[in-house]
Amino acid sequence: MKLIQGILQGKVRPLAKAISLVEDNLIDKEELIDQLYPHTGKAAIWGVTGPPGAGKSTLVDKLIDRERSQDHRVAVIAIDPSSPFTGGALLGDRLRMQRHSLDPQVFIRSMASRGHLGGVSWGCSDAIKILDAAGFNTIIIETIGVGQTEIEVVELADLVMLVLAPGMGDEIQAMKAGVMEIGDLFVINKKDLPGSEKLKAEIEYVLNLSSDNPEQLPPVILASAQKSEGIDELWKKLSTKYQQLVKSGYLSARRKERIKKELSRIILYKVHHLLDKKIALQDNIDNWAEQVYLKKDMPYTMVNKQINRFKKEMRLDDSKN
Amino acid sequence: MSSKNVRILIAKPGLDGHDRGAKYIARALKDNGYEVIYTGLRQTPESIVQTAIQEDVDFVGLSLLSGAHNELFPKVVELLKQNQAEDIIVFGGGVIPEEDIPALNQQGIKAIFTPGTPIKDVVSFIEKNRKT
Repeated sequence: MKLIQGILQGKVRPLAKAISLVEDNLIDKEELIDQLYPHTGKAAIWGVTGPPGAGKSTLVDKLIDRERSQDHRVAVIAIDPSSPFTGGALLGDRLRMQRHSLDPQVFIRSMASRGHLGGVSWGCSDAIKILDAAGFNTIIIETIGVGQTEIEVVELADLVMLVLAPGMGDEIQAMKAGVMEIGDLFVINKKDLPGSEKLKAEIEYVLNLSSDNPEQLPPVILASAQKSEGIDELWKKLSTKYQQLVKSGYLSARRKERIKKELSRIILYKVHHLLDKKIALQDNIDNWAEQVYLKKDMPYTMVNKQINRFKKEMRLDDSKN
Repeated sequence: MSSKNVRILIAKPGLDGHDRGAKYIARALKDNGYEVIYTGLRQTPESIVQTAIQEDVDFVGLSLLSGAHNELFPKVVELLKQNQAEDIIVFGGGVIPEEDIPALNQQGIKAIFTPGTPIKDVVSFIEKNRKT
């Protein structure tokens, strides 16, 4: 495939085209990814997540500066939501990073979530592999503005930064399950706003409650991305944290876990499609629903009947082979 | 789940700060099911072209109200060509005098939408020219 050569040489057009291929989920993507896969594993992958308006994009913009000062090549995938009604999307994260658009060592790509609900998009994990193979040292994934449960970035990134801003709730919010549990690092952005110190104390308190090992606590850093304050500290902590991950062997454990999850996801997705076709769900669902609506069949009786029919057909298929 | 989504970059080259039109069109295209990348004000042709390539868009929509369209619009087309990205379709909008339009068309700007254009005209332009 011509694309592959271009990507490995770090050319922008083939790289961008390849990302579209995985976003559009075209069948060619499988060969592409499998051929690039041996070249992956070198990049550090950072996840940046947090509620809408917390300042994720502005923070990423500043982190790009710090990475560039080390001569690192940086790629950013910035995800924004697709409309569940029209499928359209307004992708505006890059607006805050546009001053890097002429730096050939920085690649920024906006992605729409396209109906995926975990805070990232379907194509994201493959896009990361493409960027990794293209030789970027650092890949930053900026999720959509998340609520409490969109934590899938943890399955993509080596290290997750949770960006919060004051004014979003008390310590009970911080104790809830979900997004608060995935941060390797907490950033309280907009530190000049009232309540930032208090939020920091509350988060530290909650983190203390849930940890037996105070040494391993995720750092909580006050910053103002817009005023470029606290960025150096954040960036240093990030690097230290990453070094720790590598040394402790936790990074490879995380990556193995990631592969496990990804394989499961793809297998289930494919099986689901196979089954969908086999059961002919789309053709029959109206009829089945009608039967249940009229109470001619009970819901579970109907479901089990269809499953049994399917099992029987599978056995017939098996004996034929 | 496989489908080709149309991606459109809406950009404002030049120095005027009037972004109502650009924001309106970005929003309207989103509401019509397209993925719209919005870069904000005061972009150079160079940064618009690099962005278009990184984002692998199908269309670039340029909005300009300062009067520099005769220089900046063709410059974008030319830079796309230099970057082997001439397959990306460029259209424009803003306060563009009627008499400038033929020359712009000739230089590769596929369509010009002047103020008051109904959004359905823009959508039908995109539908007609999109890659399937």
